[in-house]
Amino acid sequence: MLQTEIAVVGGGPAGLCAAITAAKLGAEVTIIDDNPQLGGQLIKQTHKFFGSKSLYCGTRGIDIAQILTKELDKLPIKKLLNASVIGYYENNRLAIYQTDRLLKLKAQKIIFATGAGENTVAFPNNDLPGVYGAGAVQTLMNVYGVRPGKRALMVGSGNIGLIVSYQMMQAGIDVVAVIEILPKISGYNVHAAKLARLGIPILTSHTIKEAIGKDWVTGAVIVQVDKKFKPIPKTEKRLKVDIISLAVGLSPTSELLWQAGCKMVYIPELGGYVAYHNEDMVTSKPDIFVCGDLSGIEEASTAMLEGEIAGATAFETLKGFTQDSKQIKEQAKATLAMIRQGQFGEKAKLGKQKLLAYSATSNLTKTQ
Amino acid sequence: MKFFFEGKELQGFEGEPIAAALVANGIKVFRYTEKLKRPRGFFCAVGKCSSCLMVVDGRPNVMVCMEPLRPNIKVSRQVGRGKTAQGRSQSI
Repeated sequence: MLQTEIAVVGGGPAGLCAAITAAKLGAEVTIIDDNPQLGGQLIKQTHKFFGSKSLYCGTRGIDIAQILTKELDKLPIKKLLNASVIGYYENNRLAIYQTDRLLKLKAQKIIFATGAGENTVAFPNNDLPGVYGAGAVQTLMNVYGVRPGKRALMVGSGNIGLIVSYQMMQAGIDVVAVIEILPKISGYNVHAAKLARLGIPILTSHTIKEAIGKDWVTGAVIVQVDKKFKPIPKTEKRLKVDIISLAVGLSPTSELLWQAGCKMVYIPELGGYVAYHNEDMVTSKPDIFVCGDLSGIEEASTAMLEGEIAGATAFETLKGFTQDSKQIKEQAKATLAMIRQGQFGEKAKLGKQKLLAYSATSNLTKTQ
Repeated sequence: MKFFFEGKELQGFEGEPIAAALVANGIKVFRYTEKLKRPRGFFCAVGKCSSCLMVVDGRPNVMVCMEPLRPNIKVSRQVGRGKTAQGRSQSI
């Protein structure tokens, strides 16, 4: 059985920052990821980030992945790539499936940073080939240079829906429309404006009624909805598309946390079930930490900060507090609070508040 | 480099996920479901949804969105839970 002080499960922005922080402070770290390279979903993000300089503003996601991976490679961190953690066993043992072999890893502390998976939405024929998660369309185009079709309908006008629609146009896919069930566009105006300039209609108060096709998608029926999200009869429109891209939110990939027996709480603002955690990213199990989308759906910048906090806390619980660890956490917490002040941070802020309120009313293990 | 899909020779790039190579070749149906035989294709691209399970070199239930393309591999559509090379059905 392999041994490590801190195991980090997931090598996206949160996991990378957790591993780097813990290793820099002096812990022995093993990072595990099921992809051939680290970076998680950053590697398909060809757009530039917003925010402050310290948070990679103006840098493309794919470049952030490279910066962090290079930093990680300078540290004595053990990497297990093409490796899926397939089970949590008692006493912090992990079963890992790596290219046809089973590895076992015993860790003193485990930081889970498994991210999130795309949601789907219920409509007839939603299982037909041609119905994609928006992230999958983005991966195909931006990472592998493959166009999944010619004409697309985008469902959802959050930032992912808007950005991927724009990137589809850049890749030569005709985006017929972006539909949004809410009465207003959910994502940043700057992304919506880019689509408007290209003449792509963003239809608010619209939803998808069904996908058309036998072996794969050949069209879609969309419909207008009233204030209660009920379809309005006779407002159906039939669109000829071969891609239906769903950008209808994400859910934390939390199976391992359930298996580990972490206290799970349902918080819609955070994307569904998340492990209870405090501001130090400690779950109800004192040896298990969470960060990034797994601890509540947000964005890469906040994932990186949460990763730093989780990494520093895991180090502290192992080797005690240091000036450096305290400083890293203080700074990361302050920056997180600043980001969540904004209009688009409100939802996550509310979700995390609900989570902390929950802890006050239950008998969870308190950490320092 | 070349690989085979349902016995037909196709071209792809070594190391890209098998699923990307299939989509690039215009192949949309990856498998058929066990009970209703519904066609399934590419959905999440990140190894989470299990929509893309195929038979690769006789091995069923391979997530082709994560599995790198290698020269001359044989890829075929999976029906239901798939069968191993020995003909045993295998649960997922």
